[in-house]
Amino acid sequence: MTELSKTGAAVGEPTPAKAPEAFLEVRDLKVHFPTDDGLVKSVDGLSFSLEKGRTLAIVGESGSGKSVTSQAIMGLHRLGTRGKNVRMSGEIWLDGKELVSAAPDEVRKLRGREMAMIFQDPLSAMHPYYKVGDQIVEAYRVHHKVSKKVARARAIEMLDRVGIPEPAKRVDGYPHEFSGGMRQRAMIAMALVNNPELLIADEPTTALDVTVQAQILDLIRDLQKEFGSAVIMITHDLGVVAEIADDVLVMYGGRCVERGPADEVFDKPQHPYTWGLLGSMPRIDRETSERLIPVKGSPPSLINVPSGCAFHPRCPYADIPKGNVTRTVRPELELVSTGHWSACHLSAEDRQRIWTEEIAPKL
Amino acid sequence: MSETKKTDEAAIPQQASASEGSADREVLLRVEGLTKHFPIKKGILQRQVGAVKAVDGIDFEVRKGETLGVVGESGCGKSTMGRVITRLQDPTGGKITFEGRDITRLKTGQMRPLRRDIQMIFQDPYGSLNPRHTIGSIVSAPFRLQGVEPEGGVKKEVQRLLSLVGLSPEHYNRYPHEFSGGQRQRIGIARALALKPKLVVADEPVSALDVSIQAQVVNLMDDLQEELGLTYVIIAHDLSVVRHVSDRIAVMYLGKIVELADRTSLYESPMHPYTKALMSAVPVPDPKRRGQKSERILLRGDVPSPIAPPSGCRFHTRCWKATEICRTTEPQLVELRPGQRVACHHPENFADQAPQDTVLLTAAKEASELVPDAVASGGSAEKEPAAKEAPEPAEAVEASEVKEAAEASEPEKAAEAPVEPTGSSKTEEVSEASETAADASETTETTDVTETTEEASETAEAAEAAETAEAPEAAETAEAPEGAEAAEAVETSGKKTGPGAKTTNEADTAGSAGTQESTDK
Amino acid sequence: MISYILRRTFAAVILLLVVSAVTFAIFFLLPRLAGQTADQLAQQYIGKSPSKADIAAVKHNLGLDQPVYVQYWHFIKGIVAGADYSIGPTTVHCDAPCFGYSFKNHQAVWPELTSRIPITLSLAVGAAVLWLLSGVVAGVISALKPRSVYDRAFMGVALAGVSLPMFFTGNLALLLFTEQLPIFGRDYVPFTENPSQWANTLFPAWCSLALLYSAIYARLTRSGMLETMNEDFIRTARAKGLRERNVVVRHGLRAALTPIITVFGMDVGLLLGGAVITEYVFSLPGVGQYAVQGITDNDLPKILGVTLLAAFFVVIANLVVDVLYAAADPRVRLS
Repeated sequence: MTELSKTGAAVGEPTPAKAPEAFLEVRDLKVHFPTDDGLVKSVDGLSFSLEKGRTLAIVGESGSGKSVTSQAIMGLHRLGTRGKNVRMSGEIWLDGKELVSAAPDEVRKLRGREMAMIFQDPLSAMHPYYKVGDQIVEAYRVHHKVSKKVARARAIEMLDRVGIPEPAKRVDGYPHEFSGGMRQRAMIAMALVNNPELLIADEPTTALDVTVQAQILDLIRDLQKEFGSAVIMITHDLGVVAEIADDVLVMYGGRCVERGPADEVFDKPQHPYTWGLLGSMPRIDRETSERLIPVKGSPPSLINVPSGCAFHPRCPYADIPKGNVTRTVRPELELVSTGHWSACHLSAEDRQRIWTEEIAPKL
Repeated sequence: MSETKKTDEAAIPQQASASEGSADREVLLRVEGLTKHFPIKKGILQRQVGAVKAVDGIDFEVRKGETLGVVGESGCGKSTMGRVITRLQDPTGGKITFEGRDITRLKTGQMRPLRRDIQMIFQDPYGSLNPRHTIGSIVSAPFRLQGVEPEGGVKKEVQRLLSLVGLSPEHYNRYPHEFSGGQRQRIGIARALALKPKLVVADEPVSALDVSIQAQVVNLMDDLQEELGLTYVIIAHDLSVVRHVSDRIAVMYLGKIVELADRTSLYESPMHPYTKALMSAVPVPDPKRRGQKSERILLRGDVPSPIAPPSGCRFHTRCWKATEICRTTEPQLVELRPGQRVACHHPENFADQAPQDTVLLTAAKEASELVPDAVASGGSAEKEPAAKEAPEPAEAVEASEVKEAAEASEPEKAAEAPVEPTGSSKTEEVSEASETAADASETTETTDVTETTEEASETAEAAEAAETAEAPEAAETAEAPEGAEAAEAVETSGKKTGPGAKTTNEADTAGSAGTQESTDK
Repeated sequence: MISYILRRTFAAVILLLVVSAVTFAIFFLLPRLAGQTADQLAQQYIGKSPSKADIAAVKHNLGLDQPVYVQYWHFIKGIVAGADYSIGPTTVHCDAPCFGYSFKNHQAVWPELTSRIPITLSLAVGAAVLWLLSGVVAGVISALKPRSVYDRAFMGVALAGVSLPMFFTGNLALLLFTEQLPIFGRDYVPFTENPSQWANTLFPAWCSLALLYSAIYARLTRSGMLETMNEDFIRTARAKGLRERNVVVRHGLRAALTPIITVFGMDVGLLLGGAVITEYVFSLPGVGQYAVQGITDNDLPKILGVTLLAAFFVVIANLVVDVLYAAADPRVRLS
């Protein structure tokens, strides 16, 4: 596999990289889409790693590149009509195998078996014409040479496992006959039918009601405990992050601006964008008599990403660092404390001061 | 919104006066018994075989200058309600009064002048703007339709509106696709505000927007309300947003309002179990609270179909407190506390409305497994674990089963009063209290309830004996978190409960006093 | 599902009745409203210089001297039970599905129609198979490789196919296939007699008809597939690790084809009512030609017969489409 990736490497890595120790490691991932308007840099140099049994939440607003990242790991970008145009570089190591340079069919064999994905809207993510059970059976039989009968038994077992009542009956139901929560459960059953070691959940609860969301988050947490898989949770909801994540990665304009253990990131956030996200969220657990603190302006264009720090046009503190550095130099991720990284030009003292004096009291 | 802002800073004791304050205000919109049914037709002859009861008898009023938030899960009828009160859809029944005028059955032509006063903002900033029209023509459409010529001309007025909502007047000749989601929502707001409406009904105004943009729009709506004296009805599924923007909040479940209260009361001490479950399900952006999974009430299953809603209380199929009466009798929306209306037989944080009815439904027993100890106020939630220990208290209390039953319903409340305000920090004590209560109520189950209540008053004396054995325990535990005042209240209620059902009223008052006082803390 | 089919069938019967009533009204009620007398009307059914007796006979036979609803009742009764037409001394019996009697040719309409239906059917079905196959294949390839050489070529041909009239393509096909390469026959042979000869003679007609339709179907399939392949469930199918071929066929095509079934059913239904121009160009004695005859001869019973037959096929096609759609899309069965 490693050999294969070297020969097939279109990336032009000068030195063939060694397989990392982490279960999943993404190194300098870039996903660009050429369009008529220009090159869309959806993901532009993203690195992170994830161990089995841990949950990483990728947070960001629409267009931050969080969904593109997840689909890049799954290798979904290279398929379909857009697939021919996408420009991908960097490395994605999953369990010792490099995926970016791997042959498409090798990645296909991993899809659904070693890495699986659940999506935001379970109604549109399931084929409306096929029975739920048949769709799970299909997912199982792609990777297991078993009879339909065996696969069906497995599908019923999985439906039961994700808490669908009367699984032997519901297995023959169509997606539209399921409620939203049940559909998402079925979707999870489909994703987990092959015991994947990596589960990517792309906004799995955004389309659901809060009470159902609570059920689904619980389910994901329980299943992760049971199977010990690694989970990437893509979301825009910091509440969901706090609920489920061990580590957090905040994305802005296709890059990571802050990364670290969830407790750390919520407790001592280091990036002004993270402050902005926290400040603009109304909270249920507090009486907020104060106004929300929104981030001014709107998310950046991925074609003309602002120079320097991509966040500088919206950052209230962009003028604090001396010179024009925020406008000209792109900040790199720097270690703040153990495992906690942030890409910001503000000095550690400034960040500390602003957070404790200006931001935290208002939250 | 400004009204509550002031009261927020003041101590909560004034909560009652705050709601009175808004109660003084003139009612702008009054809705009585509003229903909206969508017929379902079937068969060759397309006969009506049923109806989707989207909105099924709701009452509320919106006062001038306030923001009424409406929350509920999908399918609860909140959006239909919004479209009916703006008369975009015709109600099936009930009455809508706007500024004292009955507008329930006005025809399209008669509605036209009213359209000026009632405007709507929609969820989808992409779908609600015609892509072929310029921003100028979209925002000026209300003027054309109403035949209004604003001072200084339409164009000038539109440009003023654009800058009011934070857009540049130069955007006049642009098209919707040139704008981001947040900007489009601003355009939608500008259009809604063009004719200086009195009431703005916003259906999920920010749910399609990114978090940072959402905050911008929320703040904008806030500012505009203050500036223009608008009245809002904001329909949303996001309880955090609703908490932030609303003065009063209506919680809907399956076409009914189950609770209607001012913001503080609702979020600090929700009375309807559904409200409580709904709020406990909202994830809080604070990973430290994650360990306390016990705070979360997980509701089992899904919302039942609005075609055939459950009998009695619609929530009884998923409620952990549901008893027979919940299945048979629909609870009315009554004002249990000033400014807090609840439709529940067994409200949280308040005296039980049907204390004689203590036998849990099967569904409730199942549901109660999902209710963590700390939150489960009252023993009912603890039915299952209690069952194992049942013999113990039965022995400890040397009284007949009947007496125990009589008292069983009440200690629940004694324990209940302090539960909510104390919060998670005191969970241990509280759960002890509720366990005790649970034990008692468990014993109740073994006896015939109807008999129990009748006999209860007769055997009042014997019951008092039992009372001394059990109630102090509950009272003590309650005392620990709350301090003398609350404990006193609880004690009173505990003692009064002895005689059983007949004295319930007194007990209720005492119980509620306890709750309110403890809220003050 | 069964109740759904029953409901649809019932609706189809009602629709047929309505169509017959409307058709009938156009032929018999409108002229009356326009002020024509029964005699004038009767004359139209006979043709040139009829005798007084003839007119009276026709008038009586068609019930022109009676109120319209009685006339309609006779007409419907004729379809179900047959009718008798007395012309002069002789009485002609028109058998059960009596769709009228042409006084000009002295022929009942129905037997004439039934003899022609197989020809139209052969033409329509052969062409339909051709166009469905070619159209869908071209559409799928175009959709999977948009802006490719294939795509542009297929869509170019499609554009030509839609724009060129049958008079042109038909005559070109005739010229090519029967004049330049005289391997194809010109005279229709029934399938039952000689299947290869049957296909051989019909082939040019099929091709020209299929060209017209496959152009439409290629475009329909292309846009349908482009849309479907962007659906979330395609992404799910890929995330399962399915081979791309299976993703396209089992998930993409399955969903994209469903709306095409509808159009296809309706098109075949319409064609069965007579592919007028094609039959004319290729001199096939089908239903369409019969209609043309009726029009040129101003022979109202023929036109009435063809109209009703065409309506019948369209309604039946509609029914079949509805049922197929329900079979294909489980969501339809519910409502």
